[in-house]
Amino acid sequence: MSIWEYANPKRFMQTSAWVLPWVTGLAALALVGGLVWGFFFTPDDYKQGSTVKIIYLHVPAALMAINAWLMMLVASLIWLVRRHHVSALAAKAAAPVGITFTLIALVTGAIWGQPMWGTWWAWDPRLTSFLILFLFYLGYIALWEAIDDPDAAADLTSVLCIVGSVFAVLSRYAVNFWNQGLHQGASLSLDKEENVADVFYFPLLVCIAGFVLLFVTLVLLRTRTEIRARRLAALLARERVA
Amino acid sequence: MIALLIRDLRLAMRAGGGFGLGLAFFLLVAVLVPLGVGPEGDTLALIAPGILWVGALLACLLSLDRIFALDYEDGSLDLLATAPLPLEGAVAVKALAHWAVTGLPLTLAAPVLGVLLNLPAAGYPWLVASLLLGTPALSVIGAFGAALTVGLKRGGLLLSLLVLPLYVPTLVFGAEVVKRGAAGMDTGTPLLMLAGITAGAAALLPFASALALRVNLR
Repeated sequence: MSIWEYANPKRFMQTSAWVLPWVTGLAALALVGGLVWGFFFTPDDYKQGSTVKIIYLHVPAALMAINAWLMMLVASLIWLVRRHHVSALAAKAAAPVGITFTLIALVTGAIWGQPMWGTWWAWDPRLTSFLILFLFYLGYIALWEAIDDPDAAADLTSVLCIVGSVFAVLSRYAVNFWNQGLHQGASLSLDKEENVADVFYFPLLVCIAGFVLLFVTLVLLRTRTEIRARRLAALLARERVA
Repeated sequence: MIALLIRDLRLAMRAGGGFGLGLAFFLLVAVLVPLGVGPEGDTLALIAPGILWVGALLACLLSLDRIFALDYEDGSLDLLATAPLPLEGAVAVKALAHWAVTGLPLTLAAPVLGVLLNLPAAGYPWLVASLLLGTPALSVIGAFGAALTVGLKRGGLLLSLLVLPLYVPTLVFGAEVVKRGAAGMDTGTPLLMLAGITAGAAALLPFASALALRVNLR
């Protein structure tokens, strides 16, 4: 048995129906646990006071905003190469979730930036590239909505996603070059040197796990909805012919 | 390929619109900005590189949907797709034709508008050089956006939304070249990046555009 069997919609529906409650439960557990731990049981930062706690929303949302696009890229490649419909629908399902995460990251960043930097918005490389990422999501979703034929829509959005990924990376470096920023360095890295202090680090990890699980939950849920909508459309079309 | 290029150029000249419209729009931008910002020479000189590049970009955007839409409507795009010339080549030629009727005139007109915006003297060669290097990328990227939206009614606004984020790197490096040139600084890095973007886009995007066109013609 290979992993591609899950690309069969029926198989996918069965598996996801079984997995979904577990993922949902785990996501809720991790989110509630991480956020409560982060908000109520960590000390205030010596410089930033209690505003530092927005990190538990900001960093995971920003992380998932990028990873959602990455997941869409992989799904788009799978659709173009192997023509599995579930893959295309999963990419379609992930886009609104991704744009929401992007929006959360932008808004929490603004709320955090106001007291820290004295401004809601600065044309800083990270902020700007996130705004551009937001535009990419917007274009991607708009293209899905604009095309009637589902297969053509899947093809075109997949191509857009791949080209967009290349240009998103380019833009990232372009804006970096364009302006040196206000934004602090990375809060997390795999080698331990650059991490935030441990008291903040562990609840943050739990929050990130929560956001990842939340993303998986929402994408599974939305993909199931897409598949059902597709089946419904097929049934209606058959009825009209008969 | 040359026949196709000549045909596209001739169509653009005779059908009107595309050729003069972009230039007129570019001029409008250059006139409106001082009216909006105020006529102080120093302020204008400061923002001139960015305004000129943004104006060129928007003027280019204006005529993008004409690249494929007319041929799609009268069916000649189907003929192109079945012709012995590979569709990738046809896309590249049509992007080139688009550049010749929008990007090239914009590049030539830019110094005049630079005078209107009080661009420092050192900036002129860099303005022309950056537009000459950068506008082909705008045309090629735009052709990709046009190929994605060719089958859609009222695709114009969607086209702008799709293409604008893709224009970001070109705009950043292009405006940076002029800014640095006007200030008398070294322009090597942004100029090379701009050339790299144009070369990469011209080499790879026609394949994506042709794929999108084939899907739309299916």
